[in-house]
Amino acid sequence: MAEGAARGRNPYLALVGSRVRSQLAYRSSFAVSVLGDVGFGLAELATVYVVFAHVQALGGLTAWQAGLVFAVANLGFAVADLLTGHVDHLPQFLRTGELDAFLLRPAPVLAQLLTCDVSLRRVGRAGLALAVLLVVLPRAGVDWTVGRALLLASAPLTGAAVFAALFVLAGALQFWLVEGREVVNSFTYGGGFAAQFPASAYGSGLRVLFTYVVPAAATAYLPVLAVLGEPGPAWTPAWLGWCGPLFAAASWAVALLVWRAGLRRYTGAGS
Amino acid sequence: MPAGPYPALAVAGFRRWSAYRLATWTSATANVVFGLLKAAVVSATVGAAGGSVAGYDAAEATTFAWLSQALIAPVNLFARDDMAQRVRSGDVAVDLARPVDPQLAAWAGDLGRAAYQFLPRGVPPLLVGALVSGLVLPAAPAPYLLGAVSLVMAVSLSFACQWLVNLLAFRWLDVRGPLALYTVVSLVLTGLAVPVWWFPGWLRELALVTPFPSMLQAPVDVLTGRAAGTAALEVLGVQALWLAGALLAGHVGFRAGARRLVVQGG
Repeated sequence: MAEGAARGRNPYLALVGSRVRSQLAYRSSFAVSVLGDVGFGLAELATVYVVFAHVQALGGLTAWQAGLVFAVANLGFAVADLLTGHVDHLPQFLRTGELDAFLLRPAPVLAQLLTCDVSLRRVGRAGLALAVLLVVLPRAGVDWTVGRALLLASAPLTGAAVFAALFVLAGALQFWLVEGREVVNSFTYGGGFAAQFPASAYGSGLRVLFTYVVPAAATAYLPVLAVLGEPGPAWTPAWLGWCGPLFAAASWAVALLVWRAGLRRYTGAGS
Repeated sequence: MPAGPYPALAVAGFRRWSAYRLATWTSATANVVFGLLKAAVVSATVGAAGGSVAGYDAAEATTFAWLSQALIAPVNLFARDDMAQRVRSGDVAVDLARPVDPQLAAWAGDLGRAAYQFLPRGVPPLLVGALVSGLVLPAAPAPYLLGAVSLVMAVSLSFACQWLVNLLAFRWLDVRGPLALYTVVSLVLTGLAVPVWWFPGWLRELALVTPFPSMLQAPVDVLTGRAAGTAALEVLGVQALWLAGALLAGHVGFRAGARRLVVQGG
């Protein structure tokens, strides 16, 4: 990328723009990876489809309402994965010593790491989620008010913020674990999986875990409950659905604290 | 062909994977977390359906969820492109120069890998499953003996099918696309998320004309005694047919690919 292009405009946009262009350079390869991403989303959707072939309602939600939870959860997760999913490559940077280069530059390390890549193929899953949303929305039986419309529109954004914080936290924990990508993935990808079903289908222990420790239910299930005007199960009342920004802020606070502690602990790979 | 070096290659596969013990144990956390969630979803489904779905009660459904999580790693459902990378890099030329059949050698290595991963990746989900929701397992020894045979065939079939997809590297070099497609299809049709027997008619019929149910649904059915007696032998027979076909196709395909292979560089 020419330096001249970067000068005079936001360096973040220039950086991300270069990543986007590089990923679009091989059109057919990009198309295949987007299709693959749609496929993984369809595989998740297949579970919902099979379950609702046997039941009228799961955890108190109809198929269309559960579809709404699926769509909102996947939209938020896909956007977060697109923008921040690569943070779990941190162990690679730690082992190769590439992080040292980040430390030398006059910009926050986390900001550099976040902007050093973007997984454009995730538009596949986001697109699938959007398509599901458009199909289920008229059928979910929502009694629309302005507030509910705003809540539903903002839910994927706060959801993306929560999942992005989880990705950053997962990356930060690698300063201690180094080889623990799969452990932290159980909470990033596990959280993404947990978010796409009505949390009322889980036992109360699991529901509390995936609401207050890993706030997956706060990204889709609780906002959808609030939009539908349903009361919500024990321990997780529906009004929590309005608190998405609080869940996002709390997640980011924890993620940033752990990130700072992890970075202070980092001593370099001796490169 | 004498057994020759293949048992030793299987042992080498075992030892190669057992070098990373901590990584293996930590990977089991993902199986446990997904097991908790999947068990909850299937058990809620059975509850909402009035106590039984396609012959599964809640306890049997959760047992299915935990067993399938325990078997993901040995069966290796997330396809790898090891062989394709060797074609791409030209390392496959070294494989061809060795006095062993590359497919049989890779199969032996994969069985060794599965043997190692069976305990550390399988025991934690089963233990948590037993504690959280209980497991419904048969008391007689026959299902376990037949189940062990079925599991070895499932591991082998998964290997043989991935080998076939990897063979595309002889033509395209990059097999990430086909491999992703294969993984997507296998994630659904093996019965990883929900039992194949729960699928609506058309999807079940589609699944049953593919080898995928033989990779996960089959060993779980035999192990849990859902398929017992002649039914179990029938399951094993179907697995054996798929395995023989896939191995043979892989053998022929590899030879055809190797014949037109041009390794670049020195």
